[in-house]
Amino acid sequence: MSIRSQSDAFDHQGPGEKAVGLTPRGAWNAFLMLLTREVLRFGRIWVQTVLPPMIMTALYFVVFGHLIGPRIGEIDGVPYIQYLVPGLILMSVITQSYANSVSSFFGAKFARHVEELLVSPMPNWLIIVGYVAGGVARGLTVGAAVTIVALLFAELSVHSVLNLFGVALMTSILFALGGLINAVYATHFDHISIVPTFVLTPLTYLGGVFYSINMLSEFWQQASLYNPILYIINGFRYAMLGISDVPIWSTYAILAVGILIAYFYLLRLFNKGIGLRG
Amino acid sequence: MSNAVEIYELEKTYEGGTRALKGIELAIEEGDFFALLGPNGAGKSTTIGILCSLVNKTAGSVQVFGHDLDRDRAWVKAQIGVVPQEFNFNQFEPVEEVVINQGGFYGMTRKAAKKRAHELLKQLGLYDKREGMARALSGGMKRRLMIARALVHDPRMLILDEPTAGVDIELRRGMWDFLTRINKQGTTIILTTHYLEEAEALCRNIAIINEGRIVEHNSMRNLLAKLSQETFVLYAREPVESLPEMPVIGSRLIDDETIEVDLNRDQELTGVFDVLRGHGIVIERMKNKTSRLEELFLRLVQDDDAATDAEERS
Repeated sequence: MSIRSQSDAFDHQGPGEKAVGLTPRGAWNAFLMLLTREVLRFGRIWVQTVLPPMIMTALYFVVFGHLIGPRIGEIDGVPYIQYLVPGLILMSVITQSYANSVSSFFGAKFARHVEELLVSPMPNWLIIVGYVAGGVARGLTVGAAVTIVALLFAELSVHSVLNLFGVALMTSILFALGGLINAVYATHFDHISIVPTFVLTPLTYLGGVFYSINMLSEFWQQASLYNPILYIINGFRYAMLGISDVPIWSTYAILAVGILIAYFYLLRLFNKGIGLRG
Repeated sequence: MSNAVEIYELEKTYEGGTRALKGIELAIEEGDFFALLGPNGAGKSTTIGILCSLVNKTAGSVQVFGHDLDRDRAWVKAQIGVVPQEFNFNQFEPVEEVVINQGGFYGMTRKAAKKRAHELLKQLGLYDKREGMARALSGGMKRRLMIARALVHDPRMLILDEPTAGVDIELRRGMWDFLTRINKQGTTIILTTHYLEEAEALCRNIAIINEGRIVEHNSMRNLLAKLSQETFVLYAREPVESLPEMPVIGSRLIDDETIEVDLNRDQELTGVFDVLRGHGIVIERMKNKTSRLEELFLRLVQDDDAATDAEERS
């Protein structure tokens, strides 16, 4: 008896009957395999993926927290070094979730092993979910590593555990989806660094990682409200410190709408084969 | 026997306007060892790409084991294993992981995929290399790795796009034996190749594609029977001064010890040997001058090119 006829991963429909490729159990196995591959991939190169954000965060704490922080004093009743913690953690989550998806998927396109997935019976939504899970795994792993570094410099407090995990998880999902969209369109290695360098980094730095928008002039306060990352960072700051420049519901609204738009847009790209199929 | 593949009026026009396929019709029986031949750019890889869902078709329909590709795409994908022309695995992964991952993408548990991967790596002589990085394998080993990967989910149909390109003769023969064995076990095999002797040795049925059209679709036996003439090279033991009259349509002395004879399909070599022996010429060995299939292939493609030119001029 062949493996095929014994397997419960496949649908065994006869000719003429509507047939799917994978059973729910088969789809779960496929998801786990893709997630494991992604985790092993960034785990194998941890010196490039996990260590640099830890060192970068330590430097931020030394320079901004210890050297400049005491001159700034408190923001919204919180010592500046403690005020920095949520923004720096979430900045790592954003950049690492995005970086994992964009580099892994573009690498797979470039070396053509994305074809392993495209010829398999994995539906497009499952391929997207698998890559996003990989991005989330890296984003949250680095987020946890940066939190450990933060513990060396500042006292950590948690105002709302549910919001802490909710915002971190949804943020990593959104930016993993963003990285995947970037990778689908990219045709050269240059293309995978353009968005992080010229869009993501400026929006993150101007999104309230290092300051409260209340410190800005009226014009720049209003301008900052058009930056979606402001809502995300403030939502995470609320979860840790209980302070925020924006209401928490706006954080979830931005994240939920962003995730839905990015996911369905990406699914359309996959279904049409844009950047993937000839 | 039912058909593994049925293709109707398949067309593909790439962005930029290149018409790679111009209404292909093709049927491949279940259990067949089928060759798809054609010059570079003829449309072989596009046809295979559409079958494997790596290329979107422009028009037409494709049925695989009775299921429509558009309607039951995931099911169809699960029936097919693909060995592409170019290496398309992650070179920075361990050899066994390349195969295990693919098993997972077809819904297998890691445990089942690992067991199957080890079986296949043993059969293909890669088991000792399973923990090494894929990039460290030689070219021939990488091709065998792609065959193992394509077979991990035990597909009903295996598609190989130039599987022995760049593989040395000994390895190629080993690969032929392996493919023949799995074909006998029931796997339908579709092969594209530039080595025409490979198609002649392995395949029962054949289609020749040229400029996006099928110019011949027949059994290998019928196709070869179309050849009216063959040329044999005979090597004499002693130098030959002149050639006697022989029951052939043409003969010539290439050098002192090499004779070429042209035979019709109904003429036998034994008559040639009898005459030569009668004149004291002993033949030590002989060979067919050209691949018979190659000759036929060139003729069909040239005829098709001439017809296309005439059509365009008119």
